[in-house]
Amino acid sequence: MTQDNKIVFENVSKFYGEVLGVNHVNLVLPPGVTSLVGPNGSGKTTLMNLLTGLVRPTQGSVTVLGLTPNDPEEFFRRVGYCAQFDSFPKGVTGYEFIFQSLRVRGLHTPECHRLTREAIERVSLGDAAGRRVAGYSKGMRQRIRLAQSIAHHPTVLVLDEPLNGLDPMARAESIALFEALGKEGLHVVISSHVLHEVDKISDHVVFMSYGYVVAEGKIHGVRSEVKEHPMQILVRCSKPSVLASKLFSQDHVVEAKLNDDGKGLLVRTQDADQFYLLLNQIVLQEDLALEAVAPADDDVNSLYQYLIGSDGASV
Amino acid sequence: MTTLTSARQFFREAPWQQWTAQLLAIMGIEVRKNFLTRRSIWIYLVALGPLVLIGGHDFLDTRWDAEQMRRDTEILAGIFQLYYLRLGMFFGCMGLFTWLFRGEVVEKSLHYYFLAPVRRELLVLAKFLAGTVSATIIFGVAVFLSFVLLYLPYGESGRAFVFSGPGLGHLAAYLGVTGLACLGYGAIFIAFSLVIRNPIIPGAFVLLWETFHPVFPSLLQKLSVMFYLKQLCPVAIAPEGMMALFTVVAAPVSAWIAVPGLILLSAAIMVFACTRIRHTEINYLAD
Repeated sequence: MTQDNKIVFENVSKFYGEVLGVNHVNLVLPPGVTSLVGPNGSGKTTLMNLLTGLVRPTQGSVTVLGLTPNDPEEFFRRVGYCAQFDSFPKGVTGYEFIFQSLRVRGLHTPECHRLTREAIERVSLGDAAGRRVAGYSKGMRQRIRLAQSIAHHPTVLVLDEPLNGLDPMARAESIALFEALGKEGLHVVISSHVLHEVDKISDHVVFMSYGYVVAEGKIHGVRSEVKEHPMQILVRCSKPSVLASKLFSQDHVVEAKLNDDGKGLLVRTQDADQFYLLLNQIVLQEDLALEAVAPADDDVNSLYQYLIGSDGASV
Repeated sequence: MTTLTSARQFFREAPWQQWTAQLLAIMGIEVRKNFLTRRSIWIYLVALGPLVLIGGHDFLDTRWDAEQMRRDTEILAGIFQLYYLRLGMFFGCMGLFTWLFRGEVVEKSLHYYFLAPVRRELLVLAKFLAGTVSATIIFGVAVFLSFVLLYLPYGESGRAFVFSGPGLGHLAAYLGVTGLACLGYGAIFIAFSLVIRNPIIPGAFVLLWETFHPVFPSLLQKLSVMFYLKQLCPVAIAPEGMMALFTVVAAPVSAWIAVPGLILLSAAIMVFACTRIRHTEINYLAD
């Protein structure tokens, strides 16, 4: 019952002939921004295509807000998908591209015009809307496809590499848009190679490798599950050497390294919760002036390195 | 009883208005695409080719008497049955209908339709109707112009043949057969395009089937589009020599059976196409 506002993958596998797309995927995605992270060929796009019914699972089932693509009329009223295919119907202008896709939905002409204008405004393409898409730059094509996928006000928005080809300004605008949509209660599922930007807006993250889901959940939750890599915490305080000496006596503290400026230290611990409790005690006992405490590797990029093994920035 | 009740309920509750709006929207997009794409140029040339022949005949011939008109009527029947029905419309429909879905796959734009809240069966139907309308207009105009160009030089006697004689009936029959041919061939080729990537092999098979159907058993003959169309043509061609293969109707049926027969055959093929599209996946890389 409670799955009716979630995206649910139940034991989903997809094979293209003998080639594995994804295997035994079990996921429940709540509203908010979810990022799919993984190297090329890890199954991100397959997972998105399965979610939107462009491909059918070889095994298992996918439901989105309790619906399946077998009921396309209701399903695609709620779902918008900006796929990675950089292709368009021949000869259309940006405006026609969105307008036609709304007409196909069976909407009345005035409503189609209104929604088209609104979507184009939302991606800041007003000046170029009357030009043919074939003459657009890569970033403009990306934005017009994004506009097309949000024009009908979906409750689930699936975006495959939506930041590809965007200039820094457009990228920042798009990220702000995704964040706003996530806060409005939409499901926003994003795959992106730009990990540090995805990191800023993701409520949930799904790590994929070779067709398998390696880890999933809230970033902090996933980080705490990665036991073999001690958590790194940056502490800015007075008397960091005192703090370091106190920490060394604890079993869960693997390393405490003083900063070069002498105003803080980097701690590696296998139990972050224990560390925070201990830190409170030491601060009170030793009368330390605490300036800042922040996890140093509690982000998508670090998790990518730990779980998948390569440098996320170079994906 | 239960099936009947659920069918009734379906027809009562189905969103007909929504479906009609979607059907018309898709048809509008597709018809425009069919007419304006550069790929259609060769179909225009195939359709309008005989006009050059008839125009040359008008220019060079000087006899415009009743005997010549009788011969020209037979020539038009020959052009229609042997060129338009067997070649022009066949290949024109093959090019047009197979491209309705294949074109979208090649241009990687089919997913936009698949991501719209449209039943895939409705998408097939809309594309099929758009193709039928486009092909019927192209070949209908060509046949109409052929007819006009053939009888125009006859002046008063030509007008009498058309308006007081059988001429107008012939024209109506030619145009009707043109529409039915586009419907029948269209259904075959749209279904093939959903099953096989390269339309040339199935196209060759259908061409052979349509050509040699007169030698098949009676039941198999009825699975041929030409079987129905031949007997709807207003002027028979003399079955002489090898031509008999193209003109003879071994077990003729009346127009009252031929027309619904062809529509039923097309509908059956379209049901298959609709079943097929439900399982179609977007995998452009494989294409």
